[in-house]
Amino acid sequence: MTDTTISGGEAATVPGPRTPLVALTDVAKSYGSVRALHGVSLDVHAGEITCVLGDNGAGKSTLIKIIAGLHPHDAGTYAVEGEEVRHASPREALDRGIATVYQDLAVVPLMPVWRNFFLGSEPTKGRGPLRRLDVAAMRATTHQALLRMGIDLRDVDQPIGTLSGGERQCVAIARAVHFGAKVLVLDEPTAALGVKQSGVVLKYVAAARDAGLGVVLITHNPHHAYLVGDRFVLLKRGAMSGSHLKEDITLDELTREMAGGSELDELTHELSRTPAATDPAAAADPETTA
Amino acid sequence: MTVLAPAAERSDERLAPRSLTRRLIGRPELGAVVGAAAVFVFFSVVADSFLQASSLGTVLYASSTIGIMAVPVALLMIGGEFDLSAGVMVTSSALISSMFSYQMTANTWVGVGVSLLVTLAFGAFNGLMLVRTKLPSFIITLGTFLMLTGLNLGLTKLISGTVSTKSIGDMQGFPTARDVFASHWTIGSVDLQVTILWWIGLVAVATWVLLRTRVGNWIFAAGGNPDAARAVGVPVAGTKVGLYMAVAFCAWISGQHLLFSFDVVQSGEGVGNEFLYIIAAVIGGCLMTGGYGSAIGSAVGAFIFGMTSKGIVYAQWNPDWFKFFLGAMLLLATLLNAWVRRRAEART
Repeated sequence: MTDTTISGGEAATVPGPRTPLVALTDVAKSYGSVRALHGVSLDVHAGEITCVLGDNGAGKSTLIKIIAGLHPHDAGTYAVEGEEVRHASPREALDRGIATVYQDLAVVPLMPVWRNFFLGSEPTKGRGPLRRLDVAAMRATTHQALLRMGIDLRDVDQPIGTLSGGERQCVAIARAVHFGAKVLVLDEPTAALGVKQSGVVLKYVAAARDAGLGVVLITHNPHHAYLVGDRFVLLKRGAMSGSHLKEDITLDELTREMAGGSELDELTHELSRTPAATDPAAAADPETTA
Repeated sequence: MTVLAPAAERSDERLAPRSLTRRLIGRPELGAVVGAAAVFVFFSVVADSFLQASSLGTVLYASSTIGIMAVPVALLMIGGEFDLSAGVMVTSSALISSMFSYQMTANTWVGVGVSLLVTLAFGAFNGLMLVRTKLPSFIITLGTFLMLTGLNLGLTKLISGTVSTKSIGDMQGFPTARDVFASHWTIGSVDLQVTILWWIGLVAVATWVLLRTRVGNWIFAAGGNPDAARAVGVPVAGTKVGLYMAVAFCAWISGQHLLFSFDVVQSGEGVGNEFLYIIAAVIGGCLMTGGYGSAIGSAVGAFIFGMTSKGIVYAQWNPDWFKFFLGAMLLLATLLNAWVRRRAEART
């Protein structure tokens, strides 16, 4: 239902006067002699989900690090709400409302959920040497913020490492929403999850979108992307191989383009059964075939 | 209905109310407390004089000299780093204070102040080297450990001509400095050293910082997952430099105690003590990999150390056995901690 309203408005406004929350234009990044990323452009609008799709090594991680402020970009422009920026640290990006949830380094496993929730932005009370964490408020807020996102946690005192992968992602998303992020960057939130857990995480991603955030969803799963995405940016070997609005592309086309179009045809051909030839080969050397 | 009613009273029906034992098992100090009780009972049985009131003062004194350093070493360990230079830094601090006062014929308090600044600079050096070079703290502090050991011996010989400093007992300001760093008083038949107060104070401050301040949160995060901490805006590098300076600060306190209780300092002292501090912290529940532990645990660890070192004397055994006991204790405590933590994390 949200899709229809957004794509309806989209048709009228592209490339309309509305300033995107985040706009990358022809951004490039090299590590020494390695060109990790070049010529990538993407827009993120409030209340929309921009999906970045690509295979391993396509430059997704580099892109996320640029948006999150971990690495500065070498060329091109990076604008937040129309103003060109160059982030020196993740803190600066955070201060501009860009919150990133990493696949593997989202949380400190041995710390309780409530300490993780407020890590880096802890509320305090009292003054001078008596300035201290507002523990009661931190516990209560964590529980409420998670509840608002539809996560009913048993115990905010448990180490966050004891939560499931999906729950941890959800806590990280709820944290970003609570701290007033305008843009939420999600690095492969469904990568290590089962079907059901992935669905739960995507539900929270949609909840964040409905709360008015702009979302960047990095994934290599076109099915997950198509379920929630409004825009799709495809990366291949460090370059942008496609950029589409949802109404311009079907899931099949997206999957096909993601898998590399002509390469997929070739692979289909290679994998097709030629009974006489494959059987002895497989029997002779099963390890190479595997 | 009878089943539903109690469930509705609780805040969440999936969460069984955690019993007291359950909550205790979740504490990092538990293993150390059980170990301390065992050691106490053991020496009470084998050494007749161990339970006398006068022994308490001796045991507490031995515990406090290790305990003062075990507190910052535990914090540093929770922050994910080691400091192998902590032991000789104590001696360096005492030497600087003593030699500066003597050579400049200044008030001893001036030497004490200079020593504080220089010792803090050592700590800052350790920390800055760590965050700048990103080398393991084991290597960096091993380097400072060796350099300080050499400097202690070399400079002392160069300046005083011998391996120990000149007595500063008759110098201005010595009595007041001794009151602060090395006085003792008697309650009944118990002789209590001022270091015990320093120790209790440091444990209290460290516990407060660790559990109730933003910096404490940062220390846990810097040790538990530095990348995640940095990504959410925690100043990980600053936190680690601060922790090294906290070690240096406590090395200064220990060093001044060393100086003002004997009024001369042997320049070769302190080597090996860094392991005693680390052992106390580990027995007290600090995880070697960082992100878990407590200041109170380090105090219990130091107390176990004090009881063992003095208990062996009271039992009239050959003190050569002390290191064997310490090693066995370390293994037992670490095993117990690992078991307790598995139990704590296995709750459903």
